[in-house]
Amino acid sequence: MISHFLSLEWKQFFRSSSFSKSVGAKILIGFFALYFAACFLLIGIGGYWILKKQFPEQDPLVLVNSFLMYVIVADLMFRYLMQKLPVMNIKPLLVLPIQKSKIVHFILIKSSLSFFNIMGLFFYVPFSVVLITEGYSLEGVLGWLASMILIIQSINFFNFLVNKNNSVLVALLLLLIFGYLIQYFNWFDLPGFIGHGFDAVYQSPILSLLFLCMVIGLYIVNFKQLRSEVYLDALISEQTKEINSADLSFLERLGDLAPFIKNDLRLMWRNKRTKSSVWMIAMGLLYGLFFYPNPMYADMEFIYVLVGIFSTGTLLINFGQFIPAWDSGYYNMLMSQNFKYERYLKSKFTIMTISVVALFVLGIPYVYFGWKVLLVHFAAMIYNVGVNTHVILYGGTFNRKRINLDEKAAFNFQGTGAVQWIIGIPLMILPMAIFGLINWLIGFEIATATIAVMGFVGIALHKKLMAAITKKYITNKYVMIHAFNQEN
Amino acid sequence: MIQTTQLSKKYGKAEVLNIESLEIPTGQSFGLVGNNGAGKTTYFNMLLDLIRPTTGAITNHDIVVNQSEDWKNFTGSFIDESFLIGYLTPDEYFDFIGDLRGMNKADVKVFLTQFGEFFNDEVLGKKKYLRDLSKGNQKKAGIIAAMMGSPKVVILDEPFANLDPTTQIRLKKILKTLTDNKAVTVLVSSHDLSHVTEVCERIVVLDKGHLVKDIETSQETLKELESYFSV
Repeated sequence: MISHFLSLEWKQFFRSSSFSKSVGAKILIGFFALYFAACFLLIGIGGYWILKKQFPEQDPLVLVNSFLMYVIVADLMFRYLMQKLPVMNIKPLLVLPIQKSKIVHFILIKSSLSFFNIMGLFFYVPFSVVLITEGYSLEGVLGWLASMILIIQSINFFNFLVNKNNSVLVALLLLLIFGYLIQYFNWFDLPGFIGHGFDAVYQSPILSLLFLCMVIGLYIVNFKQLRSEVYLDALISEQTKEINSADLSFLERLGDLAPFIKNDLRLMWRNKRTKSSVWMIAMGLLYGLFFYPNPMYADMEFIYVLVGIFSTGTLLINFGQFIPAWDSGYYNMLMSQNFKYERYLKSKFTIMTISVVALFVLGIPYVYFGWKVLLVHFAAMIYNVGVNTHVILYGGTFNRKRINLDEKAAFNFQGTGAVQWIIGIPLMILPMAIFGLINWLIGFEIATATIAVMGFVGIALHKKLMAAITKKYITNKYVMIHAFNQEN
Repeated sequence: MIQTTQLSKKYGKAEVLNIESLEIPTGQSFGLVGNNGAGKTTYFNMLLDLIRPTTGAITNHDIVVNQSEDWKNFTGSFIDESFLIGYLTPDEYFDFIGDLRGMNKADVKVFLTQFGEFFNDEVLGKKKYLRDLSKGNQKKAGIIAAMMGSPKVVILDEPFANLDPTTQIRLKKILKTLTDNKAVTVLVSSHDLSHVTEVCERIVVLDKGHLVKDIETSQETLKELESYFSV
């Protein structure tokens, strides 16, 4: 039976119509995974000596233990946002002579082998090996390692139990802040206290059996919950909740663009895929905090351009790169409706422009890092409006992939093709290069002005550019209709 | 008047549609029947310029559909659920289509009131997205949206499928009143022979892309069609 399931999974993976097309994206994800694995591996191997060197008077294992609470909570939060229960298309299986419990076991066991669970091992295993070679007791280290693995599995199953519950995320966040605060003010050493617990596991490895019980308990709860949901009505029932529609009539003043803009706002608000992109906007806006506080980048002014383009343009990039694939589900209908294509594109342009300006305004506090930063951000905003909007709309004509709006965005590469990667060059690399070059040859002011002027030129040519882009969309119409009709 | 001349569609070597000539006069209620793969939906898609013909052309009220887009002004259509925007409520969807068809909110409201019976309180004013409605209710919304903005041509692919018996009868009534004054051309495809014979004054049978029968509907039409398909 298991072999049947495995062969179904295999076929699902290799026979999906998007498989050959998105091979590039898959390779890239693979590289990311390898990169993280390598990082963890290095830290795992070198961690012992690094800690020994930094804190000579403390035992590295105790030190690691005292941080484990943060690791566990962070892991939980990360998974909460990223990991979902592996789905299997069980609908066609329900009426076949297969025991439902078997299906559930398969799903759960499959989940415990996920990428998220393997990743941690790249650190824990080499770290343990080093510990043993450094003369720590074999049983102690093995008990500790077993506990770590069991905890990872517990987190895995715990995550599925709380996955649909937002208040858990908030609770975890509070716990993290609370733990940090009480450690910071030296009231009570909660992480240390939990760390002592792990020290105890090392002292008496038999304690790791507790974690085994925890995993088994969580598995049973998960099993019971899932088992009761293997019915059609349980699968369906989560959809039908009452909705409240916001009044968007204030947008009417945008004239004949209003219907499309209203639609796009609803699109962003009401679909899983787009909703989780909202997180990305927040992250994009804060992107500068990666660079500016770091003195290393203080002299690298071309970084300002990157941050400027990115922080004012996150919505432009996230939303824009999948125009018109967002509308792929009903593209047929749009194409038989009575409107000029230009009007449709113009509405997308308007949304992107408004977002760029709004994000610039929200990013004004960056002036804290110097007026130069704000100046460059302003130039980047102009560049985004004048150049990048057009580039990304043009790039849209190469979109050939349907997007299913009901799927989460994180790690979702559906709809992604080579264009999405290539388009980054004119979008970000080009202005950075131009700015860097002129800044080096002439000076900061001229370089900033150049970026802004490029943007203004784009704005001046807006009508012509739009006409050209529209033409391109119209010539590609049939290919796009055909492509959007293909289910993935 | 919708004229089709020398129309064919080939995918590679396989020919899915080949219509020498077909003329549908204005105001006719026109039915298209045929088994699976006969080319009904392909024909409608070409009429809406969603698929390009390999040869030939369709002219909709003197406009060649793949050369100008002006036919969109007076053509309403509903092919399948992909014509609906899943994340809108039915009311928002009607407003959107109404906007595109030059109706304001008040127009849309007035227009929809005449279909209260057809919707049977299951579509309008419900706080549900279109994607969460049942197949039948989705279809109701799509069919009515195709009639918005007083189109001269209405194209419906399989409008009776998925509808409950009461709604089927109501839809037949709506389609009949639509063609009453001979101003609106209605094109309908169906697998259900009795429905089409009831609604359409002319029925064309397609088989593997070819036009094999062209009948003025009369008392005997249903029998004739049944005997044709029962082979």
